Amino acid sequence: MSEAMRIRAQAAGGKTTVRVLMSHEMESGQRKDAAGASVPAWHIREVVAALNGMPVLTMHWGPAISKNPFLQFNLKSAKVGDRISISWVDTKGDRRSDEAVVAAA
Amino acid sequence: MTHRRRFLDHSARVAALLASAGLWPIAARAQAAVAYSTVAFAAHGSAAAYKALGMAQPTESTDVQLQAPDIAENGAAVSVTMSTTLPGVKRMLLLVENNPAALSAIADVSDAVEPSFNLRIKMGESSNVYAVAITGDGRALFARRDVKVTLGGCG
Repeated sequence: MSEAMRIRAQAAGGKTTVRVLMSHEMESGQRKDAAGASVPAWHIREVVAALNGMPVLTMHWGPAISKNPFLQFNLKSAKVGDRISISWVDTKGDRRSDEAVVAAA
Repeated sequence: MTHRRRFLDHSARVAALLASAGLWPIAARAQAAVAYSTVAFAAHGSAAAYKALGMAQPTESTDVQLQAPDIAENGAAVSVTMSTTLPGVKRMLLLVENNPAALSAIADVSDAVEPSFNLRIKMGESSNVYAVAITGDGRALFARRDVKVTLGGCG
C-alpha cells in the first residue's frame, strides 16, 4: 500500500498553485535486477485532478516519469476553501486518491 | 481509418467535456475519459508517437515554452516545465526523443487549468526534449530543448 500523497494548494493573485508529491516506484521496465532479469514495468498511468468534485485535469503517464512523481500545475480561479483531489491508477490497476483544501499562500 | 479515428477521438472529447460539465451520467463517467494509448507510450521516437496519437507532426513555435536544464546531473529525475501562451489549448505532450519510448506524458486540460506543468522525468541519455501544445482546432506546436545527461536514468 502506498503512502499518502502530499498535496499543497496555495491561492495567490487570482491563481492557485497545486504541488503534488506521490509515492510510487515507477518502474520503467528498463531496469535489470541483480540476477540480470528485467524488472517489469509498473507505473502510474493516469492521474486525475478534481476541483470540488469536478475533474479538471487528466494526465496519462508513460514509464519515464520519475520515481515518487512530482507534479505542479495551476488552477485559474480556485479560492481558499476549495477542495482539490488527486487520483491515480497504475498499470497493475492499483488506485489511490488524496485530497487537500486550497489555502492562502 | 483516419476519419474513424478522428470521429472516435471527437466523440471521446465531447463525452469528456460533457462529463466535466457534470452533464454525463455518473455511472458512465469512467468510460467517458480518453483511453490510455499503450501504443503511443511504447513508440520509438517522437515521429512515431505523434503518428500513434493520430495527430500531424507539430511545428516549432515560440508560443510554447519548455524549461529544462542544459545539463542534468541525474537522469533519473530531470525537472522540466512545459507551458504555452496559446489560447484554446486542450492538450499538452512531453517527449524525450532518445528514451526507449519517447512519449512521457499527456495532459488533457479543462478551462479551469492553465496549460503549464512541472514534472520530473527519467532520461536514459542526452536527448532533445519536446513540449507540444495542441489547440481545440487541432493545431500542434512545439518547443524543444537539448538536455545533456551525465548519468542516465533508465537502468
